[in-house]
Amino acid sequence: MYGWEFPPHNSGGLGVACFGLARALVAEGADVRFVLPRKYPVAPCGARMVFADEAQPLSGVEAEHFASGYLTEDRLRFLRGAYPTLQYGPSLYDEVLRYAALSPLIALAHHPDVIHMHDWLSFPAGIAAKQATGAPLIAHVHATEFDRTGFGSVNQAIYEVERRGMHEADRIFAVSEYTRRIIIERYGIDPNKVEVVHNGIDHDDAVVASACEGDVRRLKGLGWDIILFVGRLTMQKGPDYFLEVARRVLEHRPQTLFVVSGSGDMAQQMIDRAAYLGIGDKVLFTGFLREAALARLYRSADLVVMPSVSEPFGIVPLEALLNGTPVLVSKQSGVAEVVRNALKVDFWDVDDMTNKVLALLAHPPLRETLADEGGREARARVWRRVARQCMMVYERIVRVLTHNL
Amino acid sequence: MSAVCFYFQVHQPRRIKRYRFFDIGQDHEYFNDSSEQDTNNARVLRKVAHKCYLPANEALFATLKANPRFKVAFSISGIALEQFTEYAPEVLDSFKRLVATGQVELLGETYYHSLSFLRSPAEFREQVRMHNDLVRSTFGVQPYVFRNTELIYRNDVAGLVADMGYLGMLLEGADHLLGWRRPTYVYHAKGDPAFKLLLKHYKLSDDIAFRFGNRGWEEWPLTAPKFAQWVHAHHGDGHVVNLFMDYETFGEHQWEDTGIFDFLRALPHELLAHPDSSFVTPTEALTHYPAVGEVDAPNYVSWADIERDLSAWLSNPIQHDALRALYDMEHEVKRSNDADLIRDWRRLSTSDHFYYMCTKWFQDGDVHAYFNPYESPYEAYIAYMNVLNDVRTRIRAVPKERRTLWGAVSEKTRGVLQALRS
Repeated sequence: MYGWEFPPHNSGGLGVACFGLARALVAEGADVRFVLPRKYPVAPCGARMVFADEAQPLSGVEAEHFASGYLTEDRLRFLRGAYPTLQYGPSLYDEVLRYAALSPLIALAHHPDVIHMHDWLSFPAGIAAKQATGAPLIAHVHATEFDRTGFGSVNQAIYEVERRGMHEADRIFAVSEYTRRIIIERYGIDPNKVEVVHNGIDHDDAVVASACEGDVRRLKGLGWDIILFVGRLTMQKGPDYFLEVARRVLEHRPQTLFVVSGSGDMAQQMIDRAAYLGIGDKVLFTGFLREAALARLYRSADLVVMPSVSEPFGIVPLEALLNGTPVLVSKQSGVAEVVRNALKVDFWDVDDMTNKVLALLAHPPLRETLADEGGREARARVWRRVARQCMMVYERIVRVLTHNL
Repeated sequence: MSAVCFYFQVHQPRRIKRYRFFDIGQDHEYFNDSSEQDTNNARVLRKVAHKCYLPANEALFATLKANPRFKVAFSISGIALEQFTEYAPEVLDSFKRLVATGQVELLGETYYHSLSFLRSPAEFREQVRMHNDLVRSTFGVQPYVFRNTELIYRNDVAGLVADMGYLGMLLEGADHLLGWRRPTYVYHAKGDPAFKLLLKHYKLSDDIAFRFGNRGWEEWPLTAPKFAQWVHAHHGDGHVVNLFMDYETFGEHQWEDTGIFDFLRALPHELLAHPDSSFVTPTEALTHYPAVGEVDAPNYVSWADIERDLSAWLSNPIQHDALRALYDMEHEVKRSNDADLIRDWRRLSTSDHFYYMCTKWFQDGDVHAYFNPYESPYEAYIAYMNVLNDVRTRIRAVPKERRTLWGAVSEKTRGVLQALRS
């Protein structure tokens, strides 16, 4: 299994999903070797962790099979030719190619039955592993370039890598039907090749707080309602829609606090916008929060809003529900497919979003029903279920392959 | 000898459109959706008329004409009747033609197909009276037998209905009510031997209403001779086989291509082919056959779902809240003396509004097991509560001098006052 990041040093949902899936696969009896580009301390998930920068030169028979096994610089040069669009650009591209250059050494040393790669950063490494071993390849798509840019200015270099990875793969896992459609429509992939594998969430891992405390609780005691946004402050997550809704809700319910948790390239713009709308005192920016602090925030909120413009899955609503807080999600998200007991809106429909936020604040029974029923759904989405689905595909794909030989 | 009693329920609610917070105080038209969605009442009504009411009425009319011994009963809610007048008068005409044969009985119910008995006996009686008046003025017949919304029944409901002069009422032949006893006999209400009950034969009724088109069912395909044989098997084992179902079974729940209309046309002839067979209407059944025992229903029973209780309308906090909020306004609304306001408030009492807020099936993932014109129960609740808020703004807008204490006065006191005045 080729990944890019892993908790606790993850920047986003990719690492968390990889951790949850790897651990559940091990629990299901799979022998998982999880490959990361560089060595750093990671949270234990039961899988054997392999770091590409520690790869050993091959010896014996395998070295003969793979003549350039020792000379990764040659491989790197070769890969630069194979991925011309990654040749120039940020150093990240170089990292991606170095990872791919080392990948065959690892693959040949571990004899995988199936290679499972996560998102474009590890696609070149996964493809190289397949070329070296002939093992079937699965591309797991957690996000596409279209999500990251909100269907705006797509980075051609990244798009090319994604597209290539999807075409080289024998099978594709999409984290939602929403993402599956993007893969089929935007990357020209045969629909029969793409399977929906929704993300899971494990209750023990999810940051769950038992009570809210501090300033926020004091505000609640004073009769304030709290609406929470959690996510990177980028166009993809739709934080600007959140502010528009805040402005409209505050016209009718001035005792409402809008909390924005997360950092990102739109942070300054958001703060300026809140001030410009004249609601600066009702919008609180907490910056990026982790674990316990985030859990307490979830628990203190009356509603968590995820107004994403394009969200392949979106784990935030499930975390909120595990903390007993109801959610409002955009229909342009994968999580909307798995949580029925949520308020749902089109991200651009600020009127409808305001309507629903106001209804939730006005009617405690609505909050209660959404939290209870939604919480039940979230608790049922354990990673073990996802892992079982993956195992079935692994077995099928290996069977097909041996049959063809 | 067993007789067959056919009874069909005809009902269409006025569904609320996507009514948002910003519409409160601005838009008092709650039921006039003209979009392509299933909250467009005119559109739904015309669709059901063409798929079900018109062809089913035609089939029944032909059978009634050909067989003077064939009889059926209908209960048509008032809110359905007024929508026929508005959107599909040809449907109303075809029902009139059926009733004019003299072989069709009409039953009484609440005008708005409401749950008013749960919250307000006075409102319940008022709605029953309104329905009675409409049936009399439209069809020229008087209902003698009552059927409550979705066959919901409890001992005290029987008391309410008996006090209004009905001979008896219909209810679900639920196992836990009958125990070892058969639904094919006439029973009476607890403590009231004069108030008689007809119990739905749920097995045979549901064979038609729910299982008819199910190819996975071991009895599929269900033919008229086969079904007639099942009915005939009851000869000597009771007086009357009560086949109660939604009229929308024909063409709407069971589509035409399942052969349901052929079945409907063939069944009466098959049943009558047996020398001992006959058809009765509910009034005939209640007056011809003696009550063999008492039915004790301390808890609510309905014909809905496997649970056969009130959970379809009242099982989660939003449903309870919506029902409470509606009836909390009752006196204020009636005091307004504003006919439009009272009418709209009553339209909001239709049970379907609460049904759309049910999360029971939603949870099982079996979202197709029931019909909901809203994307989710929450959408239904939010629109409903926004509308109630608009009703509140209308109450507040009523000038003081137009408000009366009249609505707040109990029915009994009102009767006394009226008597004094005359």
